[in-house]
Amino acid sequence: MTQLFFEQLLNGLQLGMFLFLVSAGLTLVFGFMNIINLAHGSLFMIGAYAVAVLTNLTGSFFVGLILSFPVVAAFALVIELLIIRPLYHRDHLDQVLATFGLILFFNEGVSIVFGRTPLFLNVPEALSGAIQITETFSYPLYRITIIAVGLMVAAILWFIIVKTRTGMRIRAGTTNPEMIRALGVNIQALNTTIFVVGALFAGLAGGLSGPLTSVEVGMGENLLILSFVCIVIGGIGSIRGALLGALTVGLVDTLGRAFLPDLLGQFLDPATANGIGAALSSMSVYLLMIIVLIFKPTGLFPVARAA
Amino acid sequence: MLSDKHLPAFYGLGALILVVLPWILTAADSSYLISTATRLVIFAIGAVSLDLLIGYTGLVSFGHAAFFGVGAYVVGILAFHNFEETTFLGFDGTLTGLVVLPLAILISAVFALIIGALALRTKSVYFIMITLSFGQMLFFLFVSLEAYGGDDGMMMFEGRNVLPILDLNDRITFYYFCLAIFTAFFVFCHRLVRSKFGRVLAAIRQNEDRMTSIGIRPYTAKLLIFVIAGAGAGLAGALMANHTEFVSPGLTHWTKSGDLMIVVILGGIGTLIGPVMGAFVFLLLEEFLPIIFHELGMDLLKEHWRVVFGPILILIVLFAKTGLYGLIFRREG
Repeated sequence: MTQLFFEQLLNGLQLGMFLFLVSAGLTLVFGFMNIINLAHGSLFMIGAYAVAVLTNLTGSFFVGLILSFPVVAAFALVIELLIIRPLYHRDHLDQVLATFGLILFFNEGVSIVFGRTPLFLNVPEALSGAIQITETFSYPLYRITIIAVGLMVAAILWFIIVKTRTGMRIRAGTTNPEMIRALGVNIQALNTTIFVVGALFAGLAGGLSGPLTSVEVGMGENLLILSFVCIVIGGIGSIRGALLGALTVGLVDTLGRAFLPDLLGQFLDPATANGIGAALSSMSVYLLMIIVLIFKPTGLFPVARAA
Repeated sequence: MLSDKHLPAFYGLGALILVVLPWILTAADSSYLISTATRLVIFAIGAVSLDLLIGYTGLVSFGHAAFFGVGAYVVGILAFHNFEETTFLGFDGTLTGLVVLPLAILISAVFALIIGALALRTKSVYFIMITLSFGQMLFFLFVSLEAYGGDDGMMMFEGRNVLPILDLNDRITFYYFCLAIFTAFFVFCHRLVRSKFGRVLAAIRQNEDRMTSIGIRPYTAKLLIFVIAGAGAGLAGALMANHTEFVSPGLTHWTKSGDLMIVVILGGIGTLIGPVMGAFVFLLLEEFLPIIFHELGMDLLKEHWRVVFGPILILIVLFAKTGLYGLIFRREG
């Protein structure tokens, strides 16, 4: 039982890291540029396809992963210049619709090029084993690597945002965009940079998820919506909030699915417990979000904004 | 370019077309399109209900398909228990339309009340994300209902709901039934947005703080319109379940909420008739774009017509904000 619990705990952490990688870009882009970007999930998908194709071409997952960065960055750059930039001063409704149009375009585009059959990737050889954590308990190395990568990205982001001049500008821009513009910061270049960096995180998450799931059309959408839940829980615009929100959502979702039906089985007859358990665990993260909203409508770590 | 004062004539012309449509289609030997026309009318109910939120109150709800799904599932679940001769929480299943349809509206309204009460605690982009999440939550709830087919949904084996006099299983009768309900709903919304309550909504859209300071609680008004819109979508969902005789979680998928929003924007927000035109054009594109691409020899695009539709949508958002309504009518004042 404890062994199963630890395994699920690590699975939850790993899902949390994926969610963090996607949420980080989403929350930065929203916090700094005031843009809600649904196509962020498409960038996750583009990353996954880029890695899958480049891995097949080069024969190495790591080379594929590294080569996928410029591909994702190029897509992000074009999206930012053509679609996002004209939307800066439009209302959220316009942003939602235009980026929804982007999703339609990318989903159909990808299925024209690659067809509807999913692509599969193997876990790279170097990371294919399992780590013996205790004498009786081992956990796949690849999943541990993902957790490590997520933590690393979090640390780097923290460093950039808290310790560097660029980070200071980002924080300032999130709090008061007019002021930082008035102080002569080239906001346009900063916007584009943030958008591309956020896209790279999403692409990285997509690439890493390739060997664990199938690479298919629309793969980023569920993660995108879960990421919305993460940043709503954490507070929009805050990286710390995104990290904590992502970890919470990852853990609640994974542990809920694993243990809720059994837990309910203690009180109810098995058939009912299974039915209700399945329903409840698939809704658990949304229920969590509702609870947070009742007590803190702006999330757990709201970013201070000038009126 | 027409102006607002031509609207009544436009309504009349539209109504006339919708009334004679089955004859035209039968005469043109295309009576299979009656099914598409029925879908149009049902879809239009959903779009008009969403326009109450987006256009008139400024609430960008991205989970509207959820209520559509709730209405459909009420019809589906009752039909299922009627067929299996089992009970749902102690109630017998039924196909009686006079029970099922009002119940579908009522239960969608209750869902909208609960979801709205929570979601309306937040504003702007939070509201968008939260309505999206609630929609997704209901989607997963329906997927987890193994008894009702889970992922695959369920068929209504005994056909559509039963009404006195009218035989809904006759497709022309069903079309007129949906058209009558659509007309009633449209007239209701038309009067609603021009009532005192409608003016309160418009004022909330323009300046919520000012409404608060003159002593009107925006929250109550927003919740009320959210419930009305949810009930409207539930009604549309109940009709759609009857139309296809099939209910599945796919009805509440978030892209369906996206489709509804597209229709509202495409037609022109805050106009009621705009979203109806939007629904018309949307279904027309869905029906004929594949055929056009096929005729042009572009079979690749036939299956993937959305790859063209996506950029069209972006262009409309960027350059033609007033939608179809704005193309036809010049707004006065």
